Amino acid sequence: MKAFRAPLLVLVLYGILFFTLPQLAMDSGIIAAQYFKEMALIMPPVFLLMGLSEVWIPKNAIQKWLGKDAGVKGTAFALVFGTLPTGPLYIAFPLAASLLRKGASIHNMVVFLGAWAALKIPQLLVETEFLGPEFTALRFVTTLGVLLLMGVVMEFFLKKDQNPAWMQEVEIPMKK
Amino acid sequence: MSTVIVIYTLVLTALAASFFKSPQKTKKAFKVAKKALVKSLPSLLLVIGIVGLTLGILSPGMIERLLGQEAGFFATILAAVVGAITLIPSIVAFPMAGSLLRSGATVMTITAFITTLVMVGVVTFPLESKVFGRQFALLRNGLSFLGALVIAVIMGGILS
Repeated sequence: MKAFRAPLLVLVLYGILFFTLPQLAMDSGIIAAQYFKEMALIMPPVFLLMGLSEVWIPKNAIQKWLGKDAGVKGTAFALVFGTLPTGPLYIAFPLAASLLRKGASIHNMVVFLGAWAALKIPQLLVETEFLGPEFTALRFVTTLGVLLLMGVVMEFFLKKDQNPAWMQEVEIPMKK
Repeated sequence: MSTVIVIYTLVLTALAASFFKSPQKTKKAFKVAKKALVKSLPSLLLVIGIVGLTLGILSPGMIERLLGQEAGFFATILAAVVGAITLIPSIVAFPMAGSLLRSGATVMTITAFITTLVMVGVVTFPLESKVFGRQFALLRNGLSFLGALVIAVIMGGILS
């Protein structure tokens, strides 16, 4: 397994430290073990939640709700669909581009992409566990505010663009 | 700990509802979850190992000097730049951020790092500009970076 090469390397490093700087190896080992325990507790349900929404939320439902929906309702949908646990950003890019072609506003797509990146539900759950509910709530509110503003600014700058790039269909290498 | 209970309750409820509606789909959800977990496992383990080493080497006093109050706004900007460049899965970054915070890093600096980590993508920039055009990608990433600093300042002001 090529992917496990890096973590194995770190393990070897721990081994070397165990013989050269045993105190450091012990301290680090205890901290790492504690981390592992916390992660092992929280990751399975988080990933399961991702799996469930992957199975139950069809991609074309997002398409339908965001397509031509303008105004406040569209923004609300953009936020909700952005936060649902449905995969990495490289899936959101082509999705948002195709929505733009279908008449969604730039503002709503900026909110959609931002929520997808920064306000995902599984991410918020882990954040609450490790950084606390106050931190999470405040980051959610301030990030949302910034995203709404960004949408306005980008709408202003890009609207006059006659032939924007997303009008040309580009083939995106999708990993399956 | 109470968060863990909430998460488990939430997921178990969703799971029960899912199983009630379609055992088949629920089975598929498990498969998807397992695949995603296995795919993330190397980077999870790597980060756990590195965090252990980092916190083993750096004393809380050193962390405070590097990322704390006296490091000032420069540390915050540096954290924002590091967050923009690196590609750590955010769910892995939160535990690390939490322990840095407890060791004396400021809320402002940690927030800047987390926010640019999730919102600015230097590595994904080529893909983004291919899909949306350079202008869109530049604007979105640039504004996200500035926005991250604003968010960091606000949160630092309120939470410290």
